[in-house]
Amino acid sequence: MLIFECGAPGRANTTHMPPPAPAPDDIPQALLRRTPPSLPEVSELQVVRHYTRLSQRNFAIDTHFYPLGSCTMKYNPRAAHVAALLPGFANRHPLAPESTGQGLLACLFELQEILKAVTGMRAVSLTPMAGAQGEFAGVAMIRAYHAARHDLERDEILIPKAAHGTNPATAAMCGYRVREIDVCADGDIDLAALDAALGPKTAGLMLTNPSTLGVFDRHIEGIAQRVHAAGGLLYYDGANLNAILGQVKPGDMGFDVVHLNLHKTFATPHGGGGPGAGPVGVGERLLPFLPVPMVGESGGRYYWITEKTRPQSIGRLSTFTGNVGVLLRAYVYARLVGRTGMARIAQYATLNANYLLDRLSRLGYEPAYRGRRAAHEFLLTLKGLKERTGVTALDVAKRLLDKGYHAPTIYFPLMVPECLLIEPTETEGRAEIDGFVAAMAEILTEAETRPEVLKTAPHTLPVRRVDEVRAARELDLTWGSRAAEG
Amino acid sequence: MPFIPHTAAETAAMLKALGAQSLEDLFDEIPGHLRSGPLTEVPEALSEHEITRLMRARAAADGEFLTFLGAGAYEHHIPAAVWEIAGRGEFYTAYTPYQAEASQGTLQLLYEFQTMIAGLTGLDVANASLYDGASALAEAVLMAVRLHGRSRRVLIPETVHPLYRKVVETVVSPQSIVLDLVPMGPDGTVQAADLASRLEGAAALVIPQPNFLGCLEDGHALAASARAAGALAIGLVNPVACALIVPPGEWGAGCDIAVGEGQPLGAPLSSGGPYFGFMACRREHVRQMPGRIVGRTVDAAGREAYTLTLQAREQHIRRSRATSNICTNQGLLVTAATIHMALLGPEGLRRVAVAAHANTATLRARLEAIPGVRALFPHTPFFHEVAVRLPIPVPEALRALEAQGILGGLALAEFYPALADGLLVCATETKTEADMERYAEHLRRIVTRRRLDPPCAYKDDNTRSP
Repeated sequence: MLIFECGAPGRANTTHMPPPAPAPDDIPQALLRRTPPSLPEVSELQVVRHYTRLSQRNFAIDTHFYPLGSCTMKYNPRAAHVAALLPGFANRHPLAPESTGQGLLACLFELQEILKAVTGMRAVSLTPMAGAQGEFAGVAMIRAYHAARHDLERDEILIPKAAHGTNPATAAMCGYRVREIDVCADGDIDLAALDAALGPKTAGLMLTNPSTLGVFDRHIEGIAQRVHAAGGLLYYDGANLNAILGQVKPGDMGFDVVHLNLHKTFATPHGGGGPGAGPVGVGERLLPFLPVPMVGESGGRYYWITEKTRPQSIGRLSTFTGNVGVLLRAYVYARLVGRTGMARIAQYATLNANYLLDRLSRLGYEPAYRGRRAAHEFLLTLKGLKERTGVTALDVAKRLLDKGYHAPTIYFPLMVPECLLIEPTETEGRAEIDGFVAAMAEILTEAETRPEVLKTAPHTLPVRRVDEVRAARELDLTWGSRAAEG
Repeated sequence: MPFIPHTAAETAAMLKALGAQSLEDLFDEIPGHLRSGPLTEVPEALSEHEITRLMRARAAADGEFLTFLGAGAYEHHIPAAVWEIAGRGEFYTAYTPYQAEASQGTLQLLYEFQTMIAGLTGLDVANASLYDGASALAEAVLMAVRLHGRSRRVLIPETVHPLYRKVVETVVSPQSIVLDLVPMGPDGTVQAADLASRLEGAAALVIPQPNFLGCLEDGHALAASARAAGALAIGLVNPVACALIVPPGEWGAGCDIAVGEGQPLGAPLSSGGPYFGFMACRREHVRQMPGRIVGRTVDAAGREAYTLTLQAREQHIRRSRATSNICTNQGLLVTAATIHMALLGPEGLRRVAVAAHANTATLRARLEAIPGVRALFPHTPFFHEVAVRLPIPVPEALRALEAQGILGGLALAEFYPALADGLLVCATETKTEADMERYAEHLRRIVTRRRLDPPCAYKDDNTRSP
């Protein structure tokens, strides 16, 4: 039942409302709304019950193991949530003077410093509101860099075939043409293909390392050297930073610009699809172009760095300062984990991934890159299973839901057929991982003996398999009016 | 170990299963000289108690003020139930609802949200949100250019939030889109009559309602001018105002796209974020709309079910040809906003809008009673903000008010040099008669330089958290 169907005309929660009042007489009639908006008219208890019940129709980290590859679904510490909601932070107006925000600015400044340290970059701007916006900031800076040098022929961004879809979409938003680079059979970039693509048109290369294939590209220094020699810049997509946190710094690998996903590596909640935070860090060459605002410090006082002192900045990405509440949560997490704990994150994320990969391989699941060390995640391909039994990656994913596990990422990267991208994260223990292995073992047996159970999964969730084709064909996007195409 | 559950015995057993001697072995594919060693610049770990004390001290130092600042972020009452429910782990720690069967809660909520936003804006369809109001406007500009197809010039009035204009510039300039700044008239609004020549050959016109200066634009005339010129009309609206003011779907023949900042619907001020942007449009434009969209469909048993839809527009399918690179919405904020709107309902939201308008009218009258203080646009209808002119330098007045625990508004000089003595003030429904009295009395004292006790520097009744 929808919230709208619970309502009755005239029902109202007056505790949340100012007293009734007539329409103002100093606003022209033509500018006043004639009919009230179609919002539900429900009691507070109805609202609380309805949305509590809806929440129970979700899988979440708090309720389920969530090995969603490339998404780093680790535990989100509650201390971070509580701290971000302290009244001095939560009630602070974004345009309040600096003098009233020294506590907040101290946290943001220190977070910038911590992120500089883990990325090996010269400076960090916290303002991008998501990974994709961090990417935009990074590529826009690359563009600004070449423009400032009057190097205007560079109109191509190189991107490996395995990359996240946001990479090519971002490059296009920044006005670049996208050139895809092949990947070798061992998962590393094809250096010959890279050499063939590099040239005077190259603005830069966007790379995730470890890659979305779950392996660390061993030739990263050679790649960096080649891109720089061609006059391009190297962009680090921080989607997989959890794999190398405290172990390797992107700056040391030769990257010129980095974005981080704080909602992955720094344990801020995903919130059902956001908010995230995608800070960007840069090396020497891109310093003048960082997006504003940033936080500066002088003599123990903190201040906003704006366009006024950064005339070459690519500009602003959000109305105010980005997702400050997310940044505060990441700051608290960073302080709770600390120097030693940060390096441990990569160690245990990698241990869990390799242990899980080993156990699943022994069951008969096929690694996409056999013989390679898993980073903090790994890829399986179910191509063989599909040929034998007709069971697809989608079927396995849906059956996992029945068994109380969120599905891994499926059909990504697109270049590996019937793939599952699995990332356990460091916050899961051995028992949880062994439980997942047991479920995968059952599924393998089911695939061989009664594949129809998988083809029709899930069976135990609030709904059976959802008809996505119909959803796209017969658009119904709002209650009360079926939105047919005009 | 913080947030890592492994015992030493478990770690040893797992390494043994892998045939590895140590955790270090797991990084053997990474060239040794690239390894970073200890992160000496990062401090060692704090306990939860220690970080909590630190954060409390810092939050307390930032204080709490009686605020008459608006300018794009507005203080409203947020029912306690909003964040009690939105903060439930099942909403707070879920991912984007790719696995529809395991995400029906989030998906149904988003469908309800889309319905509420479509209703509020008077348009056909809405998406599941964008990052914030400014980035939503940038996406609307890109969308309008795609829809128009023949022009890359978009008219954006000077009365649009100056920071929004900066964000739009950042986002759209790499695609060679030209933002044509439309000056405001003497009454603080855009003059529809002056637009005809500029609109010729333009892709779209942005129409803020209310505008940054609090003034109500003639939405009907502006939308009609845009349509008459073959340009798209983009409404930029405050969602609370939509409960009182005619919504963009009903301006003239209706806007094509409406966007806005969702913060007034249940998001705390939080120094600027996280907030959310909302976007609605006419149904014929839906395939050019960026962002997540949820549709209602059925499951294999024919029962009602919800799923992300129209994904063929999106980056993970279409890559460089996607409508946008965006791959999140502000899910948690939208969860809060949906609960917020359900709790207030049409009557509650309308009363909030009416009370905010009434309080602002009261505040304006009290401020105008101070010698030398005058409304900048005295005859222009407004929603819940007004611009006034002070007889003394605005920064000086604001500093003196701050010392009394009052954030007195936004100095307009930085954004509008022509309004150098202008102050933008806002009084939402959260302000009482006593609050406005206090503000007006302090400002009167400051303006008239009557050095009554207590002196400015003495924080007589500045409410600060412990």
